[in-house]
Amino acid sequence: MTRETLFNAVLGLGLFAFPLWAWWAEEPFMITLSTRVVILALAGVGLNLALGLGGLVSLGHAAFFGIGGYAMGILASHAQSYTPLMEFPFVIEGTKSMPVIWLVAVVASALAALVIGALSLRTSGVYFIMITLAFGQMLFYFAISWPAYGGEDGLSIYVRNSFPGLNTLDPIQFFLICYAILGAVLLLSARLAASPFGLALNAARQTSERVETVGIRPYRLRLTVFVISGMITGLAGALFADLNRFVSPSMLSWQTSGEIMVFVILGGVARLFGPVAGALLFILLEHVLGGLSEYWHIYLGLLLLGVVLFARGGVIGTLAGQGGKHG
Amino acid sequence: MAEPILSVTKINKSFGALKASIDVSLDLRVGEIHALIGPNGAGKSTLIKQIAGGLQPDSGTVRFLGRDVTALDTVQRAQMGLGRTFQISALAMEDSVLQNVMLGALGASGRPFRFLRPVLKDKALRETAETALARVGLSEQALMRTSDLSHGQRRQLEVAVALTMRPRAFVMDEPMAGLGTSGSQRLTRFLDELRHEAPILLVEHDMDAVFALADRISVLVYGSVIATGTVDEIRAHPEVRRAYLGEEE
Repeated sequence: MTRETLFNAVLGLGLFAFPLWAWWAEEPFMITLSTRVVILALAGVGLNLALGLGGLVSLGHAAFFGIGGYAMGILASHAQSYTPLMEFPFVIEGTKSMPVIWLVAVVASALAALVIGALSLRTSGVYFIMITLAFGQMLFYFAISWPAYGGEDGLSIYVRNSFPGLNTLDPIQFFLICYAILGAVLLLSARLAASPFGLALNAARQTSERVETVGIRPYRLRLTVFVISGMITGLAGALFADLNRFVSPSMLSWQTSGEIMVFVILGGVARLFGPVAGALLFILLEHVLGGLSEYWHIYLGLLLLGVVLFARGGVIGTLAGQGGKHG
Repeated sequence: MAEPILSVTKINKSFGALKASIDVSLDLRVGEIHALIGPNGAGKSTLIKQIAGGLQPDSGTVRFLGRDVTALDTVQRAQMGLGRTFQISALAMEDSVLQNVMLGALGASGRPFRFLRPVLKDKALRETAETALARVGLSEQALMRTSDLSHGQRRQLEVAVALTMRPRAFVMDEPMAGLGTSGSQRLTRFLDELRHEAPILLVEHDMDAVFALADRISVLVYGSVIATGTVDEIRAHPEVRRAYLGEEE
């Protein structure tokens, strides 16, 4: 077992053990905090596929996070007001079922990622960053100016959505749902990185010309990973909205895109558990430093500066050493 | 006589006032090594790009396997079986040597969109990859990180990646560049055999290698082919001696 695997195991188990302890100690807030870490880590795992494996620096992932959030908000708000989403040409009802909401969130994010990716991937470098940012901002302003779904105020959902056989209002049960999803997605993400597709994508990040010369189109590889990445971040968005029972345009803001990227960079770009470590550190800092000063982002900024300048592999790269990954 | 595997007919390419290719014609026949030589700045790299894809000629045609491929891009030409090596190694430096050859095998398989099974456990791809490594003598380095290879080993790996594709023709851009004498001799012997599998268009500065290997040589000077012929014809060609070999007589 390499040091990185060991570190990942400790991180994964710790993230499981802490809320169990909180449940035993009757500290529901700590369970909610852990759930937050898990969901934000999931959003980061999505971005890490595009950023780490594909080399695609997307500053527009809030778009997918928000689309997932609004998928939940829109479906659940119709269900709680007993009004169908549309009546013509056929009736679509709202729903409070989590699996259905997830499916809608994932499909909607995939479609959005397909369109945004197809256009953005014609550029690269700084232009790619800017165009993904622009798409994110377009959706942000669209949400703000759409009064049917709360506009700037967002949408509140009174009761958390349901999952067959579980009581999602119980914090520990909702945590377990989120944790199971994160685990499954991490597993898929590891397999993806080791697959034929992962090999080609990883090579395309390093030398696009070589990949073309062996008869593979880098554009298709990148578009595919961008869609997969958007789907995962979209799913995280739906869970995040369910955690807060609230969705607002702030989920679509460029600050959200930035935060998701911070998780990845803090934890370690292209490291499987990088976003998990990053999200954990972020929430920890927010919780500890946020109590000291309302300007805690200054310390976050300093930390980020330190990571970028002196520890390119992030938390995992520093603690687990070089695992043959780029930094 | 059979139609050549690869042929270039009256290609022209200008960048502004600079004429990089002027009415260039050459062909590559079954079983031969056709060397392309010329001083720096003669337009060799520009010509290679037009042959392998990536640069469109202003006029003229490129034919490969009896088909006009002028409008096709690099990917399509590679899929048809054009194997290329680069002058400056284009390898995935962070990956292992094995992963680099696996990439070639994967490209040749035509099925890169598989998401769940580990690529290194794909027996067919792995066999192609390992055979190619063995042929260039890199088997022992298979698990090394590519950036840890010596310059010469990277050149060998370039050739190995092209081999995995089982191409119908090779286009090699200075494969000997920077190799030591022994490395250069070993690669020379290897290419000598390889021509029987697929013909090689060889751009090379190493004159010993060119004279040892080439069935025919074309000399490119200021964008034009000033001579094409056998080794003896080229050695004796007065214009070539003046323009390229730099001899006084």
